[in-house]
Amino acid sequence: MASPNVIHVLYNDDDILMNAVKEIRANHYTIEEVYTPFPVHGLDKAMGLAPTRIAITSFIYGLIGLSVAVWMMDFIMIEDWPRNIGGKPSFTFYQNMPAFVPIMFELTVFFAAHLMVITFYMRSKIWPFKKAENPDLRTTDDHFLVEVLVGDNDLEKMSKFLQETGAAEISLVHNEEA
Amino acid sequence: MSSHYEAPIREPLVLGDKSYHDISVDVGAPVLGKANKYWWIVFSIALVAFLWGLGCIVYTVSTGIGVWGLNKTIGWAWDITNFVWWVGIGHAGTLISAVLLLFRQKWRMAINRSAEAMTIFAVVQAGLFPIIHMGRPWLAYWVLPIPNQFGSLWVNFNSPLLWDVFAISTYLSVSLVFWWTGLLPDFAMIRDRTSSPFQKKIYGILSFGWSGRAKDWQRFEEVSLVLAGLATPLVLSVHTIVSFDFATSVVPGWHSTIFPPYFVAGAIFSGFAMVQTLLIVMRKVSNLEDYITVTHIEYMNKVILLTGGIVTVAYLTEYFIGWYSGVPYENYTYLSFGAATGPYWWAFWALIICNLIVPLSLWVKKWRRNIKWTFFVALVVNIGMWFERFDIIVVNLSKDRLPSSWAMFTPTFVDIGIFIGTIGFFFVLFLLYARTFPVIAQAEVKTILKSSGAKYKAMRETGGQMSGSTRDSRTSSIYKEFDVMARTPVSNSSVSEGRSGFGDDTIEHEPTVNADALIDNEAKKDQIDQMLVRVGRFDPATQTADDLKKISGVGPIMEQNLHQMGIYTYDQVSKLTKKEYDLLDDIINSFSGRAERDDWAGQAKKLKK
Repeated sequence: MASPNVIHVLYNDDDILMNAVKEIRANHYTIEEVYTPFPVHGLDKAMGLAPTRIAITSFIYGLIGLSVAVWMMDFIMIEDWPRNIGGKPSFTFYQNMPAFVPIMFELTVFFAAHLMVITFYMRSKIWPFKKAENPDLRTTDDHFLVEVLVGDNDLEKMSKFLQETGAAEISLVHNEEA
Repeated sequence: MSSHYEAPIREPLVLGDKSYHDISVDVGAPVLGKANKYWWIVFSIALVAFLWGLGCIVYTVSTGIGVWGLNKTIGWAWDITNFVWWVGIGHAGTLISAVLLLFRQKWRMAINRSAEAMTIFAVVQAGLFPIIHMGRPWLAYWVLPIPNQFGSLWVNFNSPLLWDVFAISTYLSVSLVFWWTGLLPDFAMIRDRTSSPFQKKIYGILSFGWSGRAKDWQRFEEVSLVLAGLATPLVLSVHTIVSFDFATSVVPGWHSTIFPPYFVAGAIFSGFAMVQTLLIVMRKVSNLEDYITVTHIEYMNKVILLTGGIVTVAYLTEYFIGWYSGVPYENYTYLSFGAATGPYWWAFWALIICNLIVPLSLWVKKWRRNIKWTFFVALVVNIGMWFERFDIIVVNLSKDRLPSSWAMFTPTFVDIGIFIGTIGFFFVLFLLYARTFPVIAQAEVKTILKSSGAKYKAMRETGGQMSGSTRDSRTSSIYKEFDVMARTPVSNSSVSEGRSGFGDDTIEHEPTVNADALIDNEAKKDQIDQMLVRVGRFDPATQTADDLKKISGVGPIMEQNLHQMGIYTYDQVSKLTKKEYDLLDDIINSFSGRAERDDWAGQAKKLKK
């Protein structure tokens, strides 16, 4: 099934957009999506988006990186082929550990940073050769587009209301076969 | 709006009468326009230098390291000097974008993109030297801990040289990812502005299909913040580990505990000098003087002044400790009376003059706001920092503990050629970047336009109305029916309908929903509100509730739960789809996918008739 009918409301000012988003929601209309050219601070809260958990994933990836480094150092330098290098103690991991701190740190950062960014790309569905989905080209320039679900609302009343929120342009997008 | 407030005493960061659209136009212009004659001239010179360096590299690899001027006493010279010099230069970019982001310094936004580009290109140059120095670069993979044909003889993780491999490759890859993630919205802007189908395709691929959804931006900002938090200790660790290459040895002048902080400060010092060198030219050539202002240059000069001061203190400490120790070997180290008056006196004084004395002029406000003088100081600092590394390596090695083996170092044309070649390569990359990449993080600059733009600061001073002020007739001209400027924006209206703000718990939700016991956050409540828009609201005044228990799978408790969600009628249930099921699944514990299995919507459709 195609996506349902929506109204695209374009704004040309971030302050107007913020007020509009609050008003639209206060009147129980459903905002499907908002496209903006830059991060409008507070917009996620105004839209009622849940906070992102991507920082938590980064922390977990960092722990994985640290564990990999510890396991790798222990296996390579202590278990598999211990060597006497400049008299540095190689009998236990604990004794040799200070020399491994740089590697442990680097691998923690490596895992935390790269896996978090990959998670971000996957979650936001962005990757090379992905086609852009912003409905209006000006949303990467200076326009802000709010996609409002028509649902079972009265179209006339709704568009009048949306005009009054300070919209610069309003267009109905037919997706359903009606 | 008050959220855009910035103290009037702060100098504007964006000059001129700029709107959001102006920023897109100005940043897009160098990419979408044509290169001028000077660009081609400089590019050709850089390319020739690069090719000469490439020839010298091929000669070195095919003949052997013997073509360099190294001798038995001085086994490291220009190669490691250049390596450390380039790594040092590669410190400013991540420092600007990461540390200044954590400190919430808005001026970083105009310069971080180019500084990060410079970082990446500089680290690429740095990485070349250890690989060439291996002599047999096709065996470079031996530095990686991979099982191999020698039994399993692993690499030595006790060695700072191997730490370097991990530190620099982590730094390069993380910087690249940080840079590219920030570039996505700006590539998207170019993609949507260009009229050429070829550019549209290329920038579409480069932008990864960035669409600028609110959720994407939320994640984008979080990712930037976390990456900044990760990159800050990373950038400090990289030069710390580079300094370990020397500090963990027992060569007088190298075996020094202050090397890590001193190297990091020196790296920032030289990195900012290189940023100044590049941006002072670029702002002129690419007409970005309104974004990279004299204020930006002054701020960077202040960082140069601070880190230059740290380096000065380190030099004095090294000199004093060498003298105070009374150890005769210490009198041959790079900061000693012996060095100042010995055969390498010129290298010693070059270091002192370039890094200690000339930067002192930046204490004078007039001079640090003078663009020509700043450019000169930046060049001098670049030269001085090269001499610092040359002194640490060559001067310290030239006089070891055995006077009979004392030696001097003379570079051959190959040494010089490879160094010139990396400079050429660096400028080839940077010039290509300046023509094809959005050189200013325009999406970020747009976020500070209303708080730090000259036009808006003046507007706020005079009590002007910020809301609606970014409308641009060039992009909004087709709109005629309703004039936004003419009507009173809602923020001015004394009668405020509906919600007063966001994030507070007093906002109204659907009155038919009574799910407080099941729901713990506002976001869920909003999702339920939206669900009711899709399936229809139940109005107790005109409608009567249906007996939902007739649907197979719904018991009395489930019916009660559905009532709490505001679902009372067959009509509503019949409109439930996968999206709603998932939401209900999330909220009602005992739901667990059974609605989909039993096809409640289908059942309700039949019951409705």
